[in-house]
Amino acid sequence: MTRPQPLPSEPLTGAQALVRALELLGVEVAFGIPGGAVLPLFDPLFGSSIRHILCRHEQGAAHAAEGYATAAGRVGVCIATSGPGATNLVTGLANAYMDSTPIVAITGQVASTSIGTDAFQEADIRGITFPITKHSYLVTDAADVPRAVAEAFHIAGSGRPGPVLVDVTKDALTGFAEFDWPVKLDLPGYRPTTAPHVRQIAQAAALTAVAERPVILAGGGVIRGDAAPALTALAEAARLPVVTTLMARGAVPDACPFNYGMPGMHGSVAAVGALQRADLIIAVGARFDDRVTGQLSTFAPAAKIIHCDIDPAEIGKNRAVDLPIVGDCRLMLEEFAVKLAEIELPDWSAWRAYLDSLRERYPTWAGDPDDGIIQPQEVIRLIGQAAGPDAIFVTGVGQHQMWSAHFIPHAKPRHWLTSGGAGTMGFCVPAAMGAKVGQPDKTVWGIDGDGCFQMTNQELVTCALNHIPVKIAVINNQALGMVRQWQTLFYGQRYSATDLHTDRIPDFPKLAEAMGCVGLRAERPEEVEAVIAQAMAVCDRPVVVEFVVSKDAMVWPMVAAGTSNDDIKIAKDMAPVWEEDEL
Amino acid sequence: MSNVHTLSVLVEDKPGVLARIAGLFARRGFNIESLAVGPTERKGFSRITLVSVADDLGHVEQIVKQLNKLVEVIKITEMEKGQSVRRELILVKVRADARARGEVLQIAQLFRGHVVDVSPDSLTIEATGGYGKLRALLELLEPYGVSELVQSGSVALGRGGRTITDRSKYDKTPRSQRAADA
Repeated sequence: MTRPQPLPSEPLTGAQALVRALELLGVEVAFGIPGGAVLPLFDPLFGSSIRHILCRHEQGAAHAAEGYATAAGRVGVCIATSGPGATNLVTGLANAYMDSTPIVAITGQVASTSIGTDAFQEADIRGITFPITKHSYLVTDAADVPRAVAEAFHIAGSGRPGPVLVDVTKDALTGFAEFDWPVKLDLPGYRPTTAPHVRQIAQAAALTAVAERPVILAGGGVIRGDAAPALTALAEAARLPVVTTLMARGAVPDACPFNYGMPGMHGSVAAVGALQRADLIIAVGARFDDRVTGQLSTFAPAAKIIHCDIDPAEIGKNRAVDLPIVGDCRLMLEEFAVKLAEIELPDWSAWRAYLDSLRERYPTWAGDPDDGIIQPQEVIRLIGQAAGPDAIFVTGVGQHQMWSAHFIPHAKPRHWLTSGGAGTMGFCVPAAMGAKVGQPDKTVWGIDGDGCFQMTNQELVTCALNHIPVKIAVINNQALGMVRQWQTLFYGQRYSATDLHTDRIPDFPKLAEAMGCVGLRAERPEEVEAVIAQAMAVCDRPVVVEFVVSKDAMVWPMVAAGTSNDDIKIAKDMAPVWEEDEL
Repeated sequence: MSNVHTLSVLVEDKPGVLARIAGLFARRGFNIESLAVGPTERKGFSRITLVSVADDLGHVEQIVKQLNKLVEVIKITEMEKGQSVRRELILVKVRADARARGEVLQIAQLFRGHVVDVSPDSLTIEATGGYGKLRALLELLEPYGVSELVQSGSVALGRGGRTITDRSKYDKTPRSQRAADA
């Protein structure tokens, strides 16, 4: 890629400087919506090399930037105007903060002279987003624009990645200043530790060498840190069991025999059992989220903990650690593998055989009785099969998300995009759009629920008009399925406000067609494969496929909120038999 | 009160830094007992003295780690008792007519306080000191009638020649790494 060369210092408007800075940083695409305060920025953007994709809602722009960032492995960019434009970004920023996604949000702000006067479309977006951004700027002078943008990209993409907000007042956009580039970054308070300490890696190897039941707990940091190949190589070389959290699906291929799948509230029995019975957990880029640990006091009671993370604040936050390692996951795993290769490791075959037997005895889904209704799990399995390991899968939040975590054949990092920490319904469609823009040659399948889809489907208009041919499966169970599942299990089947009555209202294929997409529907099990094949054949437009499924299908296994992982159920009132004697 | 922790936080003097720190405390469920902010010997830097009550050391460590993640935070040092000098300032208005004035003055002098304002029926006393000394002064003034009290946050400096810019317990190098250095 040829980047435009900086010209000698010359006066530019703040808006021109901002666009120039984005170009120099290699930004190819931005998702956004213009408005009054940010209008000066859209003028130079019009003639720039940056592709601006006009979204239909700022939340869509933010999620699209997230989808782009994860799929492309670059910093995603979204742009909004002041006031409501900026506040509409908030959900996306919160989501990116929870899942450590590198995005930069640029917002217009009222003129610096109007700040504090409750001017038209004024909102203190920096104040609003303090708790959900890694850092933020309020730029009130055109001269400060290049530095703020350069720093924002550096901070968003380095260390533990995250969202950075750059709020620029209208007078900063219209004022003139010399454009000096490159900017020498001066951030004395921001120096992420990337190199893990050699002695601690040696200690980790020593702890591993005496472990009888070790397991690697891989988290989203493995994906963000591009450490997946290092992790897979390590697991295979040392024959070490691995579990991959929701955010780490694809970090080790599901086909790898050492990957026991996803742990947590809806984890596999093998993965949950591996953690509960481990005597050593090597956590890499994971943060011991409550959805993984269940009741913290009974989580992995016998395990020593080695915890590697680039964010020191994660270490010891939830679970006390025996050996902390601050640093980059990839560097840690590579050096750890070298150390392990130098020593003789115990024979863990009995431990692995135990986990293998759990995996065999307790598959995440054994199939429900054939009642003539489409099984959602089967739909997702068939989509995964038809799309293959090169496709990117994006989900919303809820039952369909958990089923997708289990039944998609995860094979590669950055091919699984989901909203983990924040659990943002509505993530799927816009994130799929961003992923497709970031990886235009890959098939992008969004797997969404009927509830989620109705929150952000307007971005399909953006997809249709901008030639972004994503495929969206709407798993329609006519309900807010996961909430309904909790009502079934914990609220005496009182289905308060969870029935969406999504039986032809809306009519999803017609809605899809109205938005310029191909609309398809499967209502009977025998139609499923043919409809997926039809969807796979459409490559010039977005496709929406509705699968009408049973509202009573539930996600199993399940650890009820706040209870111990030991009390995992494989179906209602059915606990697995651990058979610990085997160990 | 071993669960009271005094942190000195060196920050870049930029708009919004205090809001960010206060917001962090609120969001993470940490409490602030007292707060003092002011310029330092170095231009462009401010120093915040924060007093927080935390139940266990892990909690303090988490406060420090989260503060350290803020880009404008340069350095954090815990001001440990015995190894630091800590002072607060109070201005206290006491009801004192001509009859009581002498006694109140005497108390103020015992605590090396100064009278900064006087009226026919009141005295305003300025006093500085540590937490215990100022509590004792206020207790003695109470019987005369304290009509108004204002108090600064605690400020603190480490004893000896070392400064916050020297390598400290809570600098940006994670503690785990330094432990391994030792």
